[in-house]
Amino acid sequence: METALYLTRRLLQALAVILIVTVVVFCLLHALPGGPARGILGPQATAQQIAAFNHEQGLDRPLPVQYLYYLHTLVQGDLGTSYTLNEAVSRLIEQRLPKTLVLTVLSALLGLLLAIPLGMWQGVRRNKPVDYAVTTLSFVAYSTPVYFLGLLLILVFTQVLRWFPSQAPQGDTLAQVFADPLALVLPVVTGAASMIAVFSRYMRAATLENLAEDYVRTARAGGSRPGAILWRHVFRNSLTPVIAMLGYYVPVLFGGALVVEQLFNYPGMGLLFWSAAQSSDYPVLLGCVLVISVATVIGTLLADIVQRIVDPRVKTERI
Amino acid sequence: MTAVLQTATALQPVAGYRLSLRRFARNRLAVAGLVVVVLFLLFCFAGPLIHPTDQTHTDLNQVNLAPSGAHLLGTDAVGHDEFGRLMFGGKVSLLVGLAAGLLATVIGALWGAVAGYTGGWVDALMMRIVDAGIAIPALFILLVVSAITTPDTLGLILILGLVSWLVPSRLVRAETLTLKSRDYVLTLRAIGGTHGRAIGRHILPNSVSTIVVAATFQVADAILLVAYVSYLGLGVQPPATDWGGMLSSGLTAAYSGRWWLIVPPGLAIILVVCAFNAIGDGLRDAFDVRGRG
Repeated sequence: METALYLTRRLLQALAVILIVTVVVFCLLHALPGGPARGILGPQATAQQIAAFNHEQGLDRPLPVQYLYYLHTLVQGDLGTSYTLNEAVSRLIEQRLPKTLVLTVLSALLGLLLAIPLGMWQGVRRNKPVDYAVTTLSFVAYSTPVYFLGLLLILVFTQVLRWFPSQAPQGDTLAQVFADPLALVLPVVTGAASMIAVFSRYMRAATLENLAEDYVRTARAGGSRPGAILWRHVFRNSLTPVIAMLGYYVPVLFGGALVVEQLFNYPGMGLLFWSAAQSSDYPVLLGCVLVISVATVIGTLLADIVQRIVDPRVKTERI
Repeated sequence: MTAVLQTATALQPVAGYRLSLRRFARNRLAVAGLVVVVLFLLFCFAGPLIHPTDQTHTDLNQVNLAPSGAHLLGTDAVGHDEFGRLMFGGKVSLLVGLAAGLLATVIGALWGAVAGYTGGWVDALMMRIVDAGIAIPALFILLVVSAITTPDTLGLILILGLVSWLVPSRLVRAETLTLKSRDYVLTLRAIGGTHGRAIGRHILPNSVSTIVVAATFQVADAILLVAYVSYLGLGVQPPATDWGGMLSSGLTAAYSGRWWLIVPPGLAIILVVCAFNAIGDGLRDAFDVRGRG
């Protein structure tokens, strides 16, 4: 009963957040000077042309009306039509989103695969040289601008060593993307770096916490080997909460994809957003932000629920 | 007797802070961070006095020089001495980062304190607004803003402050929830003190360690965000520059092998951000407050 109540409350909260996001994004994009007409018709457009464009696009109606109209079309899955690409925004996102997902999922997988053993190693060897070395490295990785790291990787691995191409796979379909795995290496590694930093910290903390638990002491007293304790108890109990943190990490992953896609010219949603910003393509900007925000809200919701199921003692108070 | 009591209560927090400072001083990583920050401040603000360079006029006889005795880090495409430019750009990076980080902390602390203190549906609405803000990644908002306008330095500080106050607001709200049921707040309310007084005189001053720790991390994040801003097309305009601007304008040079134009500003960003994070970690452990992991 308590869980059902909690779930209902969290779902309603998530809906409220999504509604606020639509208001914020709508206000942000419409309260700005110049407006889309100037962006589309160019600096030479006459006042009449601009008025005609605004009327045609419904941009001359009062903002609350425009917002309600926007919300109404949104519910029907219609995100509007791109000003410059002359295609439905939902269709554009549908084409680009899978590629961004490939990039972010691969980065997240690589990040976790490295971060989890690293964090456990640090936890076990707490305050030993290994712990300090990995801590220092994660500080550095966390503090490096993604585009600077990507640039260094491009310089070293494409200019000096010539191991990988400097451009991500260009194909339209996912099959074409996977057909060129070498070209995926640098973008995925660039996206994974800060993840390794953050998640090794989480895993280190979780390992330390679990090592201090009573059941570990009991298992030790019972004569279990340290390795067995580590894998059978500490690893298992740390894994789920740490992976659940991924839910809170969704906006960072998308932010990373924005930079990585621009840097490696990978035609996903980040690059779509980037070019939409250059051409003041408001429907595309609105649509992308909305999709990313909904993904973030869902990620947070899942993370909250998983954490509550895994450890009901914790009243989820996230930061 | 009253006087004795007053000194006793007045001394207690001071002794607490002294203990925290001693704990901070024992944290080698945090002290190293403090040293790095001080060195960079000296380098950027006092450095130009020892190593004066012309960073406003171009010198087309001195373009694209490799590092040498005359130009320790070479020159860029319009003839600016790169070593001097590292100081010149660092001023902007550090000032904008510090100002934006502190602004974000102030907004967040006020927002969180008001939400937590008021409670009820106001709290719920204010915190859902925070959730919504977190759901829209800052880089995306900054890129939208860059499509619309090119702000001056003050505008840049405002924009960066406005996109990054969310985490401190959550921390301060959590702190406020525990503080608002304390006796001294309840007493103040009972004798007719205003809400503003309760927040301004009791809640915020008693959250000061949480706020200081949050501010340190905010400054670290803001300096990193400033580095992204030029890349997104929002940066300070030439002839002014910052470390991020030096990175962006050095991109093409780096592809043709002149790595010395991008590695120094990149390393400067990494070192300073690491330093602020290390200080934040040290302060968090010393004050024994919650902060980000």
